[in-house]
Amino acid sequence: MISIRNLRKSYGSNHVLHGIDMDVKAGEFVVMLGLSGAGKSTLLRCMNGLNQPDSGQLQVGGIDLMRRHSRRELARHVAMVFQHHNLVQRLSVRKNVLTGRLGQVGTLASVLQLFKQSDIALADACLQRVGLAHKADERTEALSGGQMQRVGIARALAQQPQLILADEPVASLDPKTARSVLQYLRDATRELGIAVVCNLHQVDYAREFGDRIVGLSQGRMVFDGVPAMLDEAALNAIYSGEPQPAGHTPEQGAALHLSSTAVGNWLPGAMSPATAAGGLQ
Amino acid sequence: MNSQSLKQTDRWQWTAGRPESTGGWLGYAAMALAIGWVLHWSAAGAQMSWSELAGGMPQIGDFLSRSVPPDWSMLPRLWAPALETIQIAIWGTLLSVILALPLSFIAASNLHGWHWLRRITRQFLNVIRSINELILALVFVSAVGLGPFPGVLALALHGMGMLAKFFAEAIEEIDDGPLQALRSAGASQLQIIAFGVVPQVITAWIAVVLYRFEVNLRSATVLGMVGAGGLGFELVSSLKLFRYQETATCILVITVMVIAADMASNWLRSRIQQGTRH
Repeated sequence: MISIRNLRKSYGSNHVLHGIDMDVKAGEFVVMLGLSGAGKSTLLRCMNGLNQPDSGQLQVGGIDLMRRHSRRELARHVAMVFQHHNLVQRLSVRKNVLTGRLGQVGTLASVLQLFKQSDIALADACLQRVGLAHKADERTEALSGGQMQRVGIARALAQQPQLILADEPVASLDPKTARSVLQYLRDATRELGIAVVCNLHQVDYAREFGDRIVGLSQGRMVFDGVPAMLDEAALNAIYSGEPQPAGHTPEQGAALHLSSTAVGNWLPGAMSPATAAGGLQ
Repeated sequence: MNSQSLKQTDRWQWTAGRPESTGGWLGYAAMALAIGWVLHWSAAGAQMSWSELAGGMPQIGDFLSRSVPPDWSMLPRLWAPALETIQIAIWGTLLSVILALPLSFIAASNLHGWHWLRRITRQFLNVIRSINELILALVFVSAVGLGPFPGVLALALHGMGMLAKFFAEAIEEIDDGPLQALRSAGASQLQIIAFGVVPQVITAWIAVVLYRFEVNLRSATVLGMVGAGGLGFELVSSLKLFRYQETATCILVITVMVIAADMASNWLRSRIQQGTRH
């Protein structure tokens, strides 16, 4: 499905990806873990052709993304789920899912709001999969955050892709909603045999939903294996790769200690009100 | 530390941003001086004189007293030009919308990467806007003759300059996320505009168009001065004949029309905001 060899990407002098090697098989649910800035989003955006890598090999669904390729062609293979769902608020729920078909229908007809009945039926079936068939005619802006992300998943499914890329799809959701959204994503993709690469910040979700976990640190892959292999040492490699500034951790400890003092007395004891207010300038 | 001791030492502190050094204060002082000088200079240039205004008050009073009561007997004569004004405003607005739409997509900075094309379009719009409607009307009167049609053309051209600028600004303010999602789904540029851009800007656009209609209604009344139809012709001829009571009637009719247009546009806007779903 995906084949990546020695992929490099830098923004100016800032090297984001230092030679990534990675393969994703059809139907696999891969979770990507790593600190913010480790290169997860960049890698995902490269896989979707939104970023152009500097060097290496990158093939997705048989399309060589290092060469010029057709955006519409790629959209037949790859769909994306965004952190902030990126729905068009003013369109109805069904219309938002239908926009997933845009790459595969004629421009003129769709601009005149004409869609084939099979496309509309597919959109409704995708909404059914995420449990929102009854919301099809509602305004998207009236939905909750979790429901919007489920519509985002339905839109990705409507592209009938072989691969869905999800960039921190549950980062702005509460734990219960997040789990249900991930459940919908995994069930739908598993039944349809769609591979998923999903960036997450929560290790327990990664263990729960991933067939395989990939750990990135400073643009390098530091872990690749099944959830059972993700032990303390692996987590250390993923999450403490960044050199910490000296004395940083003790300070954090002190801040934690202060926040646990009596409720209402939130001014640190050593700080007089005058110096605290001085900090406002 | 308990709340008692907090109260005792809790004094006011000024947290407004202010210069940190003497140099900073000097900079502020220089700026204040410069602003003062510009204000003084423009007051001299504009020959602002409150004493003359005060001295001229009786004349204004005289003018007003001669225009009351308004001459209602001419109302029937104003019907036709009033309707003509509305008709000019409708077509002037419609044509300017049609002309402005494609230009606004080119003039917006977030839809394409051809900077030179955008810059040329923006400058073209600036040039169009800088020409007064009355002057445009004069040009069109000489081209197509007297009557309301040159008025329509003048409003259409000037309105295009304004609407395209406002349309483009509305496009630049939209959320890019949905556009990314559509691009990622393989949508073409036209599909992105239809499904991502237009739904996000449509209410802002309608508000601008309704406002432009109001402006056109007002402008259409003065276009008559250069022979481009509408109420303006009656207004100017009554002024020239010193029939101020008739002038007052014309102004009242124009005011009523503008208020009615404002009410109608408010009603339309609230309807649209309640029920927009595509």
